[in-house]
Amino acid sequence: MTAFLAKRIGIGLITLIVASVVVFSVLEVLPGDPALLMLGMNATPEALASMREQMGLNAPLIVRYLNWVGGMAVGDFGRSFTYSSPVIDLIAERAVVSLPLAVISLILSTAIAIPVGIFAAARRGKVGDTVSMGVAQVGVAVPNFWFALLLIYVFAVWLRLVPAGGFSGWGGGIWSGVKSLMLPAIALALPQAAILARVTRSAMLEVLGEDYIRTARAKGMPRRYVLWRHALRNAMIPVLTIMGMQFAVLLAGTIIIENVFYLPGLGRLVFQAITQRDLIVVEGVVMLLVASVVVINLVVDVLYAVVDPRLRVR
Amino acid sequence: MKLLKSIVLASALALAASTSSMAQRTDVVIGMVLEPPHLDPTAGAAAAIKEVGYANIFEGLTRIGPDGTVHPQLAKSWDISDDGKTYTFHLQTGVKFHDGAEFNAEDVKFSIDRAMAADSVNPQKALYSAIESVEVTDPATVVVKLKHPQGAFTWNMAWGEAAIVSRSSADGNKENPIGTGPFKFENWAKGSSIKLAKNPDYWGEAVALDRAEFRIIPDAAAAIPAILSGDVHAFSNMPAGDALPQIQSDPRFKVVIGSTEGETVLSTNNKKAPFDKLEVRQAIAHALNRDEIIAGASSGLGTPIGSHFAPHNPAYVDLTGTYPYDPAKSKELLAAAGFPDGFSATLKLPPPPYARQGGEIIASQLRQVGINLEIIPVEWADWLSQVFAEKNYDLSLISHVEPNDINIYARPDYYFQYQNPEFNKVMEELDVTADEAARKELYGKAQRILAEDAVNGFLFQMPKVGVWDAKLEGMWENWPLSVADLTKVHWTE
Repeated sequence: MTAFLAKRIGIGLITLIVASVVVFSVLEVLPGDPALLMLGMNATPEALASMREQMGLNAPLIVRYLNWVGGMAVGDFGRSFTYSSPVIDLIAERAVVSLPLAVISLILSTAIAIPVGIFAAARRGKVGDTVSMGVAQVGVAVPNFWFALLLIYVFAVWLRLVPAGGFSGWGGGIWSGVKSLMLPAIALALPQAAILARVTRSAMLEVLGEDYIRTARAKGMPRRYVLWRHALRNAMIPVLTIMGMQFAVLLAGTIIIENVFYLPGLGRLVFQAITQRDLIVVEGVVMLLVASVVVINLVVDVLYAVVDPRLRVR
Repeated sequence: MKLLKSIVLASALALAASTSSMAQRTDVVIGMVLEPPHLDPTAGAAAAIKEVGYANIFEGLTRIGPDGTVHPQLAKSWDISDDGKTYTFHLQTGVKFHDGAEFNAEDVKFSIDRAMAADSVNPQKALYSAIESVEVTDPATVVVKLKHPQGAFTWNMAWGEAAIVSRSSADGNKENPIGTGPFKFENWAKGSSIKLAKNPDYWGEAVALDRAEFRIIPDAAAAIPAILSGDVHAFSNMPAGDALPQIQSDPRFKVVIGSTEGETVLSTNNKKAPFDKLEVRQAIAHALNRDEIIAGASSGLGTPIGSHFAPHNPAYVDLTGTYPYDPAKSKELLAAAGFPDGFSATLKLPPPPYARQGGEIIASQLRQVGINLEIIPVEWADWLSQVFAEKNYDLSLISHVEPNDINIYARPDYYFQYQNPEFNKVMEELDVTADEAARKELYGKAQRILAEDAVNGFLFQMPKVGVWDAKLEGMWENWPLSVADLTKVHWTE
């Protein structure tokens, strides 16, 4: 298990280094001048030159790359060109929205998808299966921003149960924070749950066709016990893979939902930083996301080993 | 039991009565589309910086009122020498910055010197170009000497970028803006909202609001439910789009269509062939149907313009008839210029919807006369580099939002690449003229030259779609500056 972990961590580190080079060079070739963007169309050439100096854009490329990577190694992500506050603070401010949102969405989608998937698999071909998979099909097809707008009109404009958007912060207690994340979490979770339910169903069907399941049933084990203990555990590998991927998407790929609910999350930070050519922020956030994907994959790998002991030796 | 019941009822009634008598709201939530990159008006051009801070947090020597005229602010009054080159500003006394620092003449000198300095990053450094020196006579008097008389000097000093900042806190204004205004900066939840609170020590007339919040709502689709649900009380300029009639018909809201300083033009590269030929530019002008463009690009709310000047300005001359819509005439002119079969060119469009939608309509109108435009959508950063800085473009479509900016046509290296010594002379004369009637005359002359030269395709003045709660009063109806001045905003019940 230790060798397994060491190898995984090593691969993760190499991924990070390669990613840092790619991220840095891609952003460098992006057209656009951050100083011009900040000072606008009436700026005098001297003012632009001063701004470039202030932003540290005059140093050679390689120096800037090494400064950046060296800083990150000790936890210093640099200062934003536009906000002029430390990048790590900006990320932290956004992470308190994005991380809970991703976790709530993942919990919601898992809590819906797995029972539905198992239910559908157990009733293969019957009405319950057809109906639940039909609904899931709709869930996969409906764009989440449209679903989000629908939720806003019903729960915020008509019923006035929750605010139409925005984030109240965690200062007013856990409940008020969770309340402002509720609609976005549902909007994000349902389409994901639809996909996850379909994956769970097909993985379960495959396992349910195995000989050992028939044997277990023939021994007289209760149906429910066979489904949840014997079948589900073996069907978990593809389900975990999808869940890992979904969590990574939920962390920063939620820009559209963040816009619809005007939530100050990581996705919007990246989007804003790209349009304002706040390169250092983009670089910092992207690296952090790469790192979190690496960590999520590591966790998923470990979970594989937990559900399937045969994988531990690899 | 009965007694208890009536006591409860009576006290409930009393409570209801007392809450209704003190129900005068003193808080407001203003929606805005773009988040400011930071809050220092002297170090960034983004309009959102001024939208939050102008007149609320920061004040200048002078200010622009809702009607677009110059009013005294930190300068109580001023005297102008007979040669028009010396301005003596008499300052308000007893003014304090939000951090408690005393305001006096040294701060004025500091602010102006800082904006003019070699390492200044002021986005409107040109506002200060006429200043020769600033001297402090006493704590309440500042004398500004100009290199030459400048008719618009007190107007220049009213811009948001000319804010007076404190010697002790100027460097921290990006994150923690400290001014002399009636509102203090309270907190900024990045990506979400900016909160201001009433400044209890304000030197001038106290404001009615105790707190104000600017909430950032970047998506047009989210702006509508935000106002309908009451989460947001007002938008100075709302991206309402097709939902506007729905809000207009709702008695809970007031919709006020006002004017702005945004001249929307089909920017033309005047040095690049074939646009260097007057006939070609005239042909484009004759091919443009403004009514169609306004209907498609600004929901029919814009005002047609025939030159680069705002229709609400007293010096405005209606020149929309200079080259009226006439495709046949347009084709004739193209043939005369040597393009009987038309030609092909590119049209680079920045991201705002008016540009993308207007661009499509213009491309189809020009196709009617044989000019085939290839539409190239570009990002804002890209637009600034390619089109504005490198002048690598044929045509573009953009709204020029700086107030009273007809003088950009006299700039030697501006991206229109237009050069006309006659126009430049008018601008020079204007700069040194202080007499209102003479200025008006010169402005008229300048507008005519641009219209006749068909420098750009002059399209329409950008509308301001003000939407706010019907019980809210004091919001600006027009935008002589794109700001959200909250000093007069109050609830009527």
